[in-house]
Amino acid sequence: MIETNVIQVENLTKKFGDFIAVNAITFEVKRGEIFGFLGANGAGKTTAMKMLIGISSPTSGNAKVADFDVFTNSEDIKKNIGYMSQKFALYDDLTVKENITFFGGIYGLSRKKIEEKRQLLVEELGLQNIVNELVGSLPLGWKQKIAFSVALLHEPKIVFLDEPTGGVDPITRRQFWEMIYKASNNGTTVFVTTHYMDEAEYCDRVSIMVEGKIEALDTPKKLKEKFKVNSMNDVFLKLARNIE
Amino acid sequence: MSIIIKNINKSFNQVIAVNDVSFEVKKGELFGLIGPDGAGKTTIFRILTTLLFADKGFAKVAGFDVIKDYKKIRSNVGYMPGRFSLYQDLTVEENLTFFATIFGTTIEENYDLIKDIYIQIEPFKNRRAGKLSGGMKQKLALSCALIHKPKVLFLDEPTTGVDPVSRKEFWEMLKRLQQKGITILVSTPYMDEAALCDRIALIQNGKILQIDDPKEIVKHFPTTIYDIKANNIYKLLLALKEYKHSYSVYPFGEFVHYTDKRDAFDTKELFQFLKDKGLNNIIIQPTETTIEDTFMELAK
Repeated sequence: MIETNVIQVENLTKKFGDFIAVNAITFEVKRGEIFGFLGANGAGKTTAMKMLIGISSPTSGNAKVADFDVFTNSEDIKKNIGYMSQKFALYDDLTVKENITFFGGIYGLSRKKIEEKRQLLVEELGLQNIVNELVGSLPLGWKQKIAFSVALLHEPKIVFLDEPTGGVDPITRRQFWEMIYKASNNGTTVFVTTHYMDEAEYCDRVSIMVEGKIEALDTPKKLKEKFKVNSMNDVFLKLARNIE
Repeated sequence: MSIIIKNINKSFNQVIAVNDVSFEVKKGELFGLIGPDGAGKTTIFRILTTLLFADKGFAKVAGFDVIKDYKKIRSNVGYMPGRFSLYQDLTVEENLTFFATIFGTTIEENYDLIKDIYIQIEPFKNRRAGKLSGGMKQKLALSCALIHKPKVLFLDEPTTGVDPVSRKEFWEMLKRLQQKGITILVSTPYMDEAALCDRIALIQNGKILQIDDPKEIVKHFPTTIYDIKANNIYKLLLALKEYKHSYSVYPFGEFVHYTDKRDAFDTKELFQFLKDKGLNNIIIQPTETTIEDTFMELAK
């Protein structure tokens, strides 16, 4: 198999006035990879992610996502990626079914395709009893699992997940990661941020941002070897603020 | 006892948020309520801080009844809610002055208590609270909750969404406050923070699963856990779930945590099974039980 890069980033920079939120970051993400995008609060992760999903224009640098340029083809990027975050995933005032139909429509799927996808999703997640419930009435863990599936409705090449498991119970958190593994196994690239350091270990490769720059990028195993520590938590603590 | 909570029940419409919860927190103790979103943690906090009536049961804080003596409780406790609830349009200093004033004190009077924390945001004292970073908001909220020198401090998910470095710093601050004799009830969805408490209550769906000190709580886990690793984690998970003797299979950092239905079992057999499934670089080794394993087993 030829390894192809689905995200290619070169010296990507974003400034807000004098403040450099993202400072010339360079990296690539391969097809089917689970890529962990870590960093302290305020390190620039969200700003970087916004540029990659086509909703914020970079100040300088280059980036291609799913072969589309972030400067000139940001609309095409939006059609070819999935996105979910902890803060926004689904509409609370719509039922599960309505959310699926709504997002299917937004992504331009045909009615027939949406119906097919909905049946598949209901079956896979065991949603038979809650498909007509308002999303707002569901436990957070359910919401997040459904949101992830909805983000994959249009079979995007890449899915961006911004802290998808924050506050979710430990069992559901793991079921969520099994869904990520499955998507990656099917060739979908997963770009994910998290504050749970055990989840960093689940990633194929991890980058750690500190004050706008990528200070480390490698497999969890190599990062731990490099910093001579036993866990990603310790790697993070060493890097993010040079504690201890 | 600083906090006594006995057979507390609270429902919202048909949803039971808190289901017959009882526990006690000793004076000067750092007690953790550990559980995910929707476990009922916030409802318990609101009942203890006199902002919500329980349907049934009784509770005392700092020696005062939450219903009869609610006013006394309010002047004796500090409460930092999960959602940032300071005045966004007031500056850092104005917020602190405001909270000091309504509690009938001044910043100077109790400066010692907040010095450690406040000193880190003092350079920004003229900035509006709404314009602070997440970490700074958290420090200001804690300063405001402490300014009247409370006997008991309630912190509802102070570290949710906070990165590991800031979380570590925050817990160091809590330890220092505890040394000053303040009783602290703190909730968190992060199981690793549970280890930093004197005692913890694991809670899910409104029910307490277990109360113990963090070192003891893992002893409630009934069997040996194995760390398992192979070249493809997804295939490994599927294979282990298929294995007829498997009891639980969870991804756990770089390993998969596996338990077997049998009391004792030969790992060679499992090794062979995984090999036949086409997996390579297989490692199977017993490992120590964590609080998270215990939580998942109890929550099952």
